[in-house]
Amino acid sequence: MKTIMDEKKVQKAPRKEVEQKKDGQPVYSIENFNLWYGKDQALTDISFDIPEHQVTAIIGPSGCGKSTFIKALNRMVEMVPIVKMSGDIKYRDNNIFDNKYKVEDLRTKVGMVFQKPNPFPKSIYENVVYGPKIHGIKNKKVLDEIVEKSLKGAALWEEVKDRLNENAYGLSGGQQQRLCIARCLAIEPDVILMDEPTSALDPISTLKVEELVQELKKEFSIIIVTHNMQQAARISDKTAFFLNGEVVEFSDTNKLFSNPSDKRTEDYITGRFG
Amino acid sequence: MVVRENFQEQLDEIKAQLLELGSLAQLAVDDSIKALKNQDVEKALEIIDNDHKINELEEEINEKVIWLIAKEQPLASDLRRLISALKISTDVERVGDLAVNIAKSIIRIGDKPFVKPIEEIPALAEKANNMLREVLSSFYEEDVNQAKDVADADDEIDNMYGRLVKELLELMTKYPDSISQIQQLAFICRYIERIGDHCTNISESVIYVVKGKRYDLNS
Repeated sequence: MKTIMDEKKVQKAPRKEVEQKKDGQPVYSIENFNLWYGKDQALTDISFDIPEHQVTAIIGPSGCGKSTFIKALNRMVEMVPIVKMSGDIKYRDNNIFDNKYKVEDLRTKVGMVFQKPNPFPKSIYENVVYGPKIHGIKNKKVLDEIVEKSLKGAALWEEVKDRLNENAYGLSGGQQQRLCIARCLAIEPDVILMDEPTSALDPISTLKVEELVQELKKEFSIIIVTHNMQQAARISDKTAFFLNGEVVEFSDTNKLFSNPSDKRTEDYITGRFG
Repeated sequence: MVVRENFQEQLDEIKAQLLELGSLAQLAVDDSIKALKNQDVEKALEIIDNDHKINELEEEINEKVIWLIAKEQPLASDLRRLISALKISTDVERVGDLAVNIAKSIIRIGDKPFVKPIEEIPALAEKANNMLREVLSSFYEEDVNQAKDVADADDEIDNMYGRLVKELLELMTKYPDSISQIQQLAFICRYIERIGDHCTNISESVIYVVKGKRYDLNS
């Protein structure tokens, strides 16, 4: 006879696998990376490795360079014409600034979720299949499968499965954000960048996204910029504290929030400056 | 530098209340020593009567800490201060309870003369009370060295306790009619030794606040 304990064991099994993956290669290696907007240096000598299958949080006061940094990771920052950069950012051993490395290939592997939900003015279904269609997938059956898998992955399927053809704007803010996450999952990325993904959401939707992040890290590596330090403490494995364009401290999240090494980190997270 | 003034004020208030709690416990231990020396049952009853003040203040501190954690969501040293406040208040409250236990033993002994002069037991209690005073001062100053010295002083108490209990056991065979009294005196020694242990726990909490690491000083 199957007991509850047996079921628990069955449920726990995949987690172990994830833990084993933790010691894998870094998904990103950043070495002596500098970035200027015109003459103003926004990032100075950034060097650290971002581990795979973990959640890495980026915290710091406004203007410290955290959004610039995360946008450098998928080369979105280059859309600003006056940007200059030096140093290396390696994604899975490829220098992302190498001329041979196509930005399209990078963005297929690195999805991004923004602060405000930004679904396309299309149906829920069309939002999810937008990326896969661009990549040439036309088979309706395959697309249907992608939609179901992505929406399930974003914990939205049960809420929208009966109205996939309705406009995405009809969804609540929290649902729209999860739709954006589903849209990101549809292209089967390796890394998901999140730039303050819950700052426009209510506490319940925030909780759902946070729980989702915990699920997603089993399959993806997640880098999240957040102003909410408790959120960083709740959901991340590693945390980088940025200040004035520099990384002051990068360490295990529980270490950084319970006993930071640097006085500036201590001052920031205890609200004594900023 | 922007300081969370309101939060800082409330942290300071908790610290002040912890010191007040410590003073009440010190007073209880002090009174228990006097009551023992003078076999003063009235004083012992007073200690038992006053214990509710310590318990109530401990509860008040704990409630404040819990509320402050809930509303301010403190991190790093602030969080360590509040968690330590919870632990320290528990240790100090236990010291109060041990003073009550001593008082109860004094009542059980009553006015029957001691089989042998007991100078060393009050001396042991003085040492424990000194530890309490020193450790509260180290908590106030967040002085790691002072906290470490307090923990070291506990070894002295442990040794003295071991010796006293051995002597008391020997007395039991010598004065079989007074076994009950000697047993109560041994209990009192044990209670005092426990006060030393709680002071050592407080030392550990002080060091945790400052260093962010736990050290076992009780071994």
